[in-house]
Amino acid sequence: MSDAPVDANSTCVGPKSEQAGKASSCEGCPSQLLCASGEGRKEDPAVNQIKDAMRIVKHKFLVLSGKGGVGKSTFSSQLALALSLNDKIISKARQGQAAMDEDEDEDMNVTQVGVLDIDLCGPSIPRMFGLESQQLHQSNLGWSPAYYKDNLAVVSIGFMLPNADDPVIWRGPKKNGLIKQFLRDVYWGDSLDYLVIDTPPGTSDEHITVVQYLREADLDGAIVITTPQDVSCADVRRELSFCKKVNIPVIGVVENMSGFVCPNCKNETKIFKPSKSGGGEKLAEQFGVPFLGRIPLDPRVMNACENGKSIIEEMPDSPASQALLEIVQKVKNQTNHLHQNKTF
Amino acid sequence: MSDQVQSKLLKRMSTIKHKILVLSGKGGVGKSTVSTQLAFSLALSRKDIRVGILDVDICGPSIPKMLGIDKNEVFTCTEGWVPVKVKLSGDDDDNRLCCMSIGFLLQSEDDAVVWRGPKKHSMIQQFLEDTYWGDLDALIIDTPPGTSDEHITLAEILKESKPDGAIIVTTPQGVSLADVRKEINFCNKLGIPVLGVVENMSGFACPCCNEITNIFSSGGGRKLAEQFNIDFLGQIPIDPQLASCEDEGKNFLQSFPESASAKELENITNKIKKRITLL
Repeated sequence: MSDAPVDANSTCVGPKSEQAGKASSCEGCPSQLLCASGEGRKEDPAVNQIKDAMRIVKHKFLVLSGKGGVGKSTFSSQLALALSLNDKIISKARQGQAAMDEDEDEDMNVTQVGVLDIDLCGPSIPRMFGLESQQLHQSNLGWSPAYYKDNLAVVSIGFMLPNADDPVIWRGPKKNGLIKQFLRDVYWGDSLDYLVIDTPPGTSDEHITVVQYLREADLDGAIVITTPQDVSCADVRRELSFCKKVNIPVIGVVENMSGFVCPNCKNETKIFKPSKSGGGEKLAEQFGVPFLGRIPLDPRVMNACENGKSIIEEMPDSPASQALLEIVQKVKNQTNHLHQNKTF
Repeated sequence: MSDQVQSKLLKRMSTIKHKILVLSGKGGVGKSTVSTQLAFSLALSRKDIRVGILDVDICGPSIPKMLGIDKNEVFTCTEGWVPVKVKLSGDDDDNRLCCMSIGFLLQSEDDAVVWRGPKKHSMIQQFLEDTYWGDLDALIIDTPPGTSDEHITLAEILKESKPDGAIIVTTPQGVSLADVRKEINFCNKLGIPVLGVVENMSGFACPCCNEITNIFSSGGGRKLAEQFNIDFLGQIPIDPQLASCEDEGKNFLQSFPESASAKELENITNKIKKRITLL
């Protein structure tokens, strides 16, 4: 396959080719000199370093959305929290019950979960876990994450700012540098079962960089979040095209803020109405990717999220928790399936 | 930036009386909604006002859809790119509201713009340099979330032509406020005056029982404005009608002039007009 850029002419041999800059079609191309210098054939050493560093992580997924404020960070944190719960709590929660304290079993298999926040200009993940005052520490093994609990580690630029209100006014290359370091230099422990990567909105530097570095490192795929609105779906369509373009599998689409149940009269209103497009489900259908489910708006959920609590643990009876449980199960099934396919 | 580019830009910007940025640290708080509604509201407030909207959200342009002009294309004339016009109902002159966005340059609406910073930078520069706005009373610039390439570029390019300032949009949630604090500090750092804070999605009135629920809590925007000693412009409640008008590209202010959201928007517009002395 040629690695020619998409906007190059059709006879471009691509910057990695032996013929780069020398082929007849290179005549007159503005990049001819750069290609001829052989720079394009040099592999970024970080790609392999990251591949090595990521060997200890079984499953990695990206949480993406073209649009901002649809709930990427909320979903990422709740997904991570749900993955970190033991089977007993999960099965209790399925019946709408909270687990008792004495249910805790010491020698159960513990799932190790990590969360990596690559939204560098607006990191919300520290807040979602109630870890705002934490800092990253450096040891000789690498950067050590902040721990929400023993089996849930969190890394974000939010832990590196001297003052929470400081803006991070960085252009792309600087952002790429930090993402590279996050992927390469964080010491997650001996092994991780899941790494959830929360991203900023859009399809720009952060996304290109993370995909570039993880493509070689067995990325399971992306979970794409949308709200039912047309405007959001339009942006998410672009995000799905992006996934297709850079060739990363889509684990599924989640529709967030699906409806609002009035706490007073229990009447449900679709605040963000799907008008023509039919929302997330239709979108998933059009792109031939799985639809994972809908999560309704619930002010109680919102509170739990902002206070860094797992909604599945705190309010298993809420429709939002039940929806999330379904989605988490589907994600688990999907990724296990993917993994089996890979090993054979 | 070369002197030639600089002088071309200055000349281009000299026909625009007021330049307003719409910013927010967080995504999905309603920047594009506030931008479009403010533009509508300004244009509707007086017959001789001409307003332009520039959408510099390169990776997720929503403005064309919200204005109901997403099927349009941009044409060029000898003066540069001709922005797409928006017809206001009951208005004979269809040249009072126009818009420029990358959305008009895409082949298909599903096309992802997968660009790194430098390419976005040149696109924005080209928008500002080559769009033939004509004489405008106000240009509203809608931005993507964050404090990165697009924002630095805008601040740099507009430095010489002195923008009037920025409107900061937030929701009442703690998470959003934290990001917005960063945005205000960004403005301070780069010397962009802040015109005020708008709190969007403030409360939701149940259409069934009229019980008001503060889905995203409430009052955070006002507190933030007090803390930073800047103007608080108003609170826009959540309104499903506003959301569906945008999805269908209908003019909300003309369709539901009596709604609480429309009234509040008018209020906000008046405050901004006073602030930039556009009366």
